[in-house]
Amino acid sequence: MTAAISADGIRQRYGDVQAVDGVSLTVEAGEFYGILGPNGAGKTTTLEILEGIRKPDEGRIELLGLAPWPRNPRLLPRIGVQFQASAFFNKLTARETIRTFGSFYGVGPKRADAMLERVGLTESGGVMTDKMSGGQAQRLSIACALVHGPELVFLDEPTTGLDPQARRNLWDLLRDINAEGRTVVLTTHYLDEAEVLCDRVSVMDRGRILRTGAPAALVREIDDTVRVSVESGLLALGTARELFTAAGAEISSLEDDGVSLSLSTRLPGPVLSVLAEQGALRGLEVRGATLEDVFLQLTGREYRA
Amino acid sequence: MSAEPTTAAPEAAPAPGGTPPAPVERERVSAFASLSRVMLVAFVRDRAALFFVLLFPLMFLVLLGTLLKGASSPHAKVEQVGAVRVLDSVQGEARAGLEQVLTISRGDDEAAALEKVRKGDLDAMIKEGPDGRVVVRYSAADQVRAGSVQGIVNSVVQQANQATSGKPPAFVLESSQVEDESLKPIQFLTPGLLGWAVATGAVFSAALTLVGWRQKKVLRRLRLAPVSAGAIIGSRVAVSVLTALAQTAIFLGVATLPFFGLKLTGDWWLVVPLVVCATIAFMSIGLLAGSIARTEEAANGLAQIIVLPMSFLSGSFFPTDDMPSWLRAFSEVLPLKHLVTSAQSVLSRGGGVMDALPTMGGLLLFAAVLTGISWKLFRWED
Repeated sequence: MTAAISADGIRQRYGDVQAVDGVSLTVEAGEFYGILGPNGAGKTTTLEILEGIRKPDEGRIELLGLAPWPRNPRLLPRIGVQFQASAFFNKLTARETIRTFGSFYGVGPKRADAMLERVGLTESGGVMTDKMSGGQAQRLSIACALVHGPELVFLDEPTTGLDPQARRNLWDLLRDINAEGRTVVLTTHYLDEAEVLCDRVSVMDRGRILRTGAPAALVREIDDTVRVSVESGLLALGTARELFTAAGAEISSLEDDGVSLSLSTRLPGPVLSVLAEQGALRGLEVRGATLEDVFLQLTGREYRA
Repeated sequence: MSAEPTTAAPEAAPAPGGTPPAPVERERVSAFASLSRVMLVAFVRDRAALFFVLLFPLMFLVLLGTLLKGASSPHAKVEQVGAVRVLDSVQGEARAGLEQVLTISRGDDEAAALEKVRKGDLDAMIKEGPDGRVVVRYSAADQVRAGSVQGIVNSVVQQANQATSGKPPAFVLESSQVEDESLKPIQFLTPGLLGWAVATGAVFSAALTLVGWRQKKVLRRLRLAPVSAGAIIGSRVAVSVLTALAQTAIFLGVATLPFFGLKLTGDWWLVVPLVVCATIAFMSIGLLAGSIARTEEAANGLAQIIVLPMSFLSGSFFPTDDMPSWLRAFSEVLPLKHLVTSAQSVLSRGGGVMDALPTMGGLLLFAAVLTGISWKLFRWED
């Protein structure tokens, strides 16, 4: 079966900045694929090159077996795109907007309205697009990308700027789209989003892909510590250190910030039994490594979105 | 992982040997219609655009048409101090003729009358001096009026002299205007202001659509949709032409009201193809402005800088006969100048197809050249 995307050795330079520095990736049909990285990592440029908006300085790309550059009208009905900023026509309502985009693909008003319903905007159908909230605009923008039932969908930071509830709703929608068999490629600078949604994720920084894999596998690959924290005041700092050492638990960065007593360890077992013995389990949290830790490990830098 | 999209449209489904051409044809048609609709709706919902394109030029037409209504007959006001035999002797029909061009009031105070002339309340003071001399005192402030008063009084005096001689006149001057007598200000105001209105609408619509769509990423989105460039450009042209024809209908409707009294001559309908060609020419100006400008504000300013001077130089607001010759030569390259001249010709001077055709050709040529330049400067993205 043809891969949804196969890209090889993409490079793009803007003046002195090497925005994309030799990116190669393959996305299988039906996959939910994420490109993760901080702002300025080159995610958007990579996505634009894949979509066929930009011609790369170097590299070879195929979408669904076809070259996206130069503009390929046979490919366009099979892909759907959503940009970081919503691209709507002036002075149109939500319903008029989706119907207009539908008409470009020969999709009639009925199916366009059904897509509006699907993203939960039927009641806001008469609202002018410039009066919609960020979440509504984002959902409409995604609806416009999906109205013609594309096989391959590109989403550029779809949840940026949304409140947590709106974000979760959008996640549900994106999972549904993927469950229908559509390939979804999304960029994000939220590590949790990539972890929750993506089958595979490429961690990108400074124009390069550092590592690609399933989020859980990436996390497991790095032999990292576990963070344990309990409520502050249950155990004095000095006492805690003595008890942990006595129990043979290797700990690092033990601290009490007045809210929580927290520490990092490679062996959470002994630490937890000490805490249980002391009856100091109130507010207990045990957190394993996250993609943030992966990023830290790969770049040597703290992750900053 | 292997499932095909369940709700994919038949036309969007992958075809093994390439996409069949039939659905593409259907899309193109509906894309043109829906893009036209989008632009029309946006225009109708934009109150400011509606005002500037339709109402504002119409206000000028009504205002200037009303102000200049009686301007074609210069009417002079004079005061006669004491008895002036040569004027008093004009009676009956001749008197009525005289009063069409001269309003004669009577007074006794020469000093007061002279003061009124100085202030401009009167155009001249007339009195009879000794030995049958007729004295006319005028102000040099309005030389045209002063000249016409002198001319009129002089002719009255000559006629009186001639009449007292008892012989038929040896020479008679007979003069009449070449143009139809009905050539009133409304008949140069209508094509002029209509041209200005059409130019404003077309230049702004082309420039702002291009820049606005580029800025809002709509252009980029359209590039990733199977919409042809022909559908995008064609719909914009169609909507702008429709707007221009609406302007034409409204202008002619108002100007031909009895109050304004525009009289259309034979082939006046030629104004329709003229306006269509001119709209395309103006849109090419807007396209160029939109290709250069990066923001809507800049496009707005640039369009204004082009349209307003072009309107003045093209005789939209007043005749350009008194312009320096180099300025008049420059105005020949402006499409509005040709629209105004030709529209005037077909609307009120009995011009026909052969007057309009060369202009249409020129306007389309102008559009082709500017579109070619815009093509070179065109950017999809900021």
